[in-house]
Amino acid sequence: MHRIRTKRTLGPHITEYVIEAPDIGRAARAGQFIVLRLHEQGERVPLTIVEFVSHLRGITLVVQSLGKTTQEMEDCFHEGDAILDMVGPLGEPSEIDTFGTVVCVGGGVGNAPLFPIARDLHEAGNHVIGVIGARSRDYLIYEDKLGAVCDELYVMTDDGSYGEQGFTSNRLADLMDEERRIDRVWAIGPPIMMKACCEVTRPSKVPTVVSLNPLMVDGTGMCGGCRVEVGGVTRFACVDGPEFDGHLVDFDGMMDRLRFYAGAEADALEQYAEHPCSRRTEGTS
Amino acid sequence: MRQQKPYVRVRNFDEVPFGYSEEEAIEEAKRCLQCQYPTCISGCPVNVDIPRFIGQVAGGRFAAAIATIRETNNLPAICGRVCPQESQCEGVCAMGRKFDALAIGRLERFCADWEAEHHLTSVDVPASNGRRVAVIGSGPAGLTAAADLRKAGFDVTVFESFHVAGGVLVYGIPEFRLPKAIVRREVDGLKRLGVTIEPNRLIGRVFTVDDLLERGFDAVFVGTGAGLPRFLKLPGESLGGVYSANEFLTRTNLMRAYRFPEHDTPIRVSERVVTIGGGNVAMDAARTALRLGAKNSVVVYRRSVEELPARAEEIEHAQEEGVFFQLLANPVRFLEEDGELCGVECIEMKLGEPDASGRRRPIPIEGTEFVIETRTAVVAVGNEAHPLIPKTTPGLRVDSWGHITTDDDGRTSQPRVYAGGDIVTGAATVIEAMGAGKRAAAAILADLDGG
Repeated sequence: MHRIRTKRTLGPHITEYVIEAPDIGRAARAGQFIVLRLHEQGERVPLTIVEFVSHLRGITLVVQSLGKTTQEMEDCFHEGDAILDMVGPLGEPSEIDTFGTVVCVGGGVGNAPLFPIARDLHEAGNHVIGVIGARSRDYLIYEDKLGAVCDELYVMTDDGSYGEQGFTSNRLADLMDEERRIDRVWAIGPPIMMKACCEVTRPSKVPTVVSLNPLMVDGTGMCGGCRVEVGGVTRFACVDGPEFDGHLVDFDGMMDRLRFYAGAEADALEQYAEHPCSRRTEGTS
Repeated sequence: MRQQKPYVRVRNFDEVPFGYSEEEAIEEAKRCLQCQYPTCISGCPVNVDIPRFIGQVAGGRFAAAIATIRETNNLPAICGRVCPQESQCEGVCAMGRKFDALAIGRLERFCADWEAEHHLTSVDVPASNGRRVAVIGSGPAGLTAAADLRKAGFDVTVFESFHVAGGVLVYGIPEFRLPKAIVRREVDGLKRLGVTIEPNRLIGRVFTVDDLLERGFDAVFVGTGAGLPRFLKLPGESLGGVYSANEFLTRTNLMRAYRFPEHDTPIRVSERVVTIGGGNVAMDAARTALRLGAKNSVVVYRRSVEELPARAEEIEHAQEEGVFFQLLANPVRFLEEDGELCGVECIEMKLGEPDASGRRRPIPIEGTEFVIETRTAVVAVGNEAHPLIPKTTPGLRVDSWGHITTDDDGRTSQPRVYAGGDIVTGAATVIEAMGAGKRAAAAILADLDGG
C-alpha cells in the first residue's frame, strides 16, 4: 500500500502526485518507471518516475487522464488515500554522461519525465537546451522546474497561446540549423512528436534518445507485450528500454500496437463514467 | 475420475476434474501392491513416501496420509494437479506393467483437498534460529525452499515481483487446471508457518542480491523462474493481435481479463485463435482461447503428434474440447491488415533425420505455403533466461544460455547465493523446480550450520 502524500492539478486532467514509496524512490534513477495497480480489479499501468521527494519519502508521478484507470485515479484517489500495488524502479536508467551540448525536448506530460534527465545532464556538466511544448498554455507543465535546470529554455504551443507558436520539432529543427554543435538530443512526449524529432535529427545523425511507453502488463520482461522493433530487432521496452535510439525505432508499428485496445478502453471508460469511484478500496496486499 | 463434460467446460474456467470422493479414493488406494521395494518413491523428485500414504488412504486414515505427504512435499494440492505423473511416480508403478498404474497424483490431490475441507490447518510455528534467508521468486522453487528453510528454523522472506505470490502457478497455469484459490491456500499455509512474503519487489532493481546480503540476510535463494518469452523472429510478429503465451495467459489468469470490464485488463480474441507450439503452455493457451469465446482454436506444431512435448492428459483434454491440431506445419510470417494481424502464413513440414535432441528434425516442404486467417495468434515456444539477476550480481556465473550455473545442490559461483528451478535448468516442470528448491534449502542448512 502506497499512500498519496500530495496531489495537485497541473492542467486539464493533468495531475501530479507524490506517493509514498521510499525504497523505490531511493533506488530510482532518471528514466526509470513504476507499474501501479489502483485496487483489486485494477490493471497494471506503467508510469515514469519524475523524482524522489525524500522529506515525503515519496516519488512524484505526473498523470494525464486518458483512459479509465488514469481517470479513476484523478477522480477517486486523493491525498491520504492508498494505491494498492506499486513495483519499481523498472527499466534501464537514462545514460547520463558529459556529452557537451544536449537538447531536451518535451511534449505534453512528457515534460515531467524529461525533468530529471535534464537535471542530471545539467549536473553532469552539459549545456542543456530545453525545448518544451504543449497544445496550449493550459496544458504546459513543468516550465519552472525545467527552467531551473536548463541553460536555455524554449517554450512552444501548438496554438500560440503561450511562448512561440509551433511544434517542438520546429524549434529543434531551428536549433539544428544554427552554427553550433549539438551532441545529443532527448525527446519525450507523444509518439508522433518523438517521431518528428527523430526525423529532424536523422540527416545530421545526432544521437536522439526517445522514451517509449507501449502497452505493458508486468513491466518486468515476462510478457513481451511492450515489444517494439528497434533497428529490425525485437526489443522489450520494459527491460531493454524504455529509452532507445530513436533513429532505429519503428514508430508506426509501435503506434499500431498502442491502438490495439482502443475499443476496449473506450468501453471501459464509458462504463466507468456511469458509476465513478464505485470500486475505490483501501485494499489489502 | 469424474470430470466436467467437454462441451460444458469450454465455456467456463472451472476446474476440469471433480476429484475423488472418499469411497473412490479408498477403492483406488486398495489397488496398491505395497511393493516391498517400491520404485515410485524414487520416481518422485521430492521422494514422497507413496506406498505409506496410499496405505493410509486405503485404511481411511486421511489425516495420517496427508501428514505423510507433507513430510517431503509442501505443495501437495498443486502437485496432485500439475505433476507429469505418467513420466514420474506412475510411470514406474509396478501395477502399470500389466494394468493401469495407480492414480497416485489423483490420490495426492484427494488428500490435500480433504485436508483443506476439514480445515486441518494447525501448524506449529518453528522457533527462529536467528538466521535469515531471502528467497527471490515465489514460484514452485521459491515456495518449496521457503517452507523447508522456515521449518528448519530460518527466518524467511520471499520477494515476488508481481502483486500476488505463486509465480507460474498464478500467472501461467490456467484456473481450469489449477484453481488460484488452491495456490492461495498453499501460500497462506506458508505465511502461517511464519514465512514473510513481500510482493511488488523486483530484486535486481529495488535491491540487488548484494544489498540483501549486506542488509543481514545470511543467504539468498534465486528462484526467478522462466524469463523473457521467446519469439519466432518472423515478419509481422510485433503486430497487435500477436501475443506471447506469457502475455495471453497472464492477462487471463492473473489479471482476470475474462471478466473485463469488471476487471480492468482487456484481452482481444477473434473467432479463430492460432497457437504456435506443442508444449503444455501451448495446450493451456489453446484451451484458454476457447473459454475466452473463440469458436475455433488451432495449434500449429512443426513436428508430428508423437513428438508433441505436452503431457498426454493435456493433449487429450485439448482434443476433447475441440482444439484442432495443424501438425507438421510451421509459421513463416504474420500477415497484416489495418495495422493488426489478419493471418498466419505457414509452410508444411516433413520429418528428417533425428537432431541433437533425438527428435526427428522438421524440414520445410517448398511451395506448400498456406494461410490460416486469424486476428489472434499466440506464440508458445518457450522462454529465455531472465538477465536481470545475473546482470546485477557481479560474480554470479551463467552458462551460454544465460541460466545460472550451480552445483547439484544449487550452490552458485557466489558464496551464500543459491539458485534453482527454471532459472538454472531452463523450462522444466513444477515438481522439478520444487525438487531444486528442496536441494538448495538442504544445502543452505548444511552450509550455514557448518559455518
